[in-house]
Amino acid sequence: MTETTGVKITTPGDQEIVIRREFNAPRRLVFEAYTKPELLKRWLLGPPGWEMVVCEVARKAGDRYRYEWRNAEGTQFGLGGVCREFARPERIVCTELMDGYPNESLVTTVLVEQSGRTTLITTCLYESREVRDMVIKSGMESGVEASYKRLDDLFATGQVQEATSAS
Amino acid sequence: MTQTNRLNATFAALADPTRRAILARLARGQAGVLELAKPFSMSQPAISKHLIVLERAGLISRGRDRQRRPRRLSPKPLAEATNWLERYREFWEGNFQRLDALLDEMKVQEKTRRRKNVRRKQQ
Repeated sequence: MTETTGVKITTPGDQEIVIRREFNAPRRLVFEAYTKPELLKRWLLGPPGWEMVVCEVARKAGDRYRYEWRNAEGTQFGLGGVCREFARPERIVCTELMDGYPNESLVTTVLVEQSGRTTLITTCLYESREVRDMVIKSGMESGVEASYKRLDDLFATGQVQEATSAS
Repeated sequence: MTQTNRLNATFAALADPTRRAILARLARGQAGVLELAKPFSMSQPAISKHLIVLERAGLISRGRDRQRRPRRLSPKPLAEATNWLERYREFWEGNFQRLDALLDEMKVQEKTRRRKNVRRKQQ
């Protein structure tokens, strides 16, 4: 059994967030889990206690999509946009506008398969650095209490190292 | 600087690969400008410009040695930025661990379906 390693988040440019994660499954299954409402509802939930109550998916380029979540207190959050590219099972490009945010982003998801394993690379491109940082901040505020990480961890997790060796 | 402004400065400073490499080098211990310039095909003034950006973001400071003026890491702003990214990372890792479990389930279902199909063909 090979272990899957955790998600890697990097900020290679001023306006981007790149999310990279490996899955121990072929990409046709990952693509399915990303595009079928009954499957999306089971994993795309965020912090504990949230439920996905609206899941209208895009099935081809040009389609609109809309996701909404609600927690036990009745707080609601949603996002949506237009799908620009829909290439099963390897690539999805969508615009994304989160409720309460003024700016849209462009989200490109690429699935790369090798020996039955899939690497997911999602690049979120924002209008400006300020918007990008605001999104990271909201990710932080959305619940999970993280322990204070020492500086060493930045290098240990490869966030900086990886970017450095790639240059 | 407010926390948001400081973080903006930190992320801007971290956006450049040369500056990240300089930080990675300084994580192993303090170093002078010449030593920092060595791995790059860059002039000393070009490196100095990067060092100024890092200094303004509060990511590095200068040591006491007057002649060498070695630079060293100031861990706090970097840790602050990491902390933000770390929480964002945990948010996604939570989602992806649920996806891991779902994919395992889907693989089993797919196998079962195939076996049934094979059996059906054999009958």
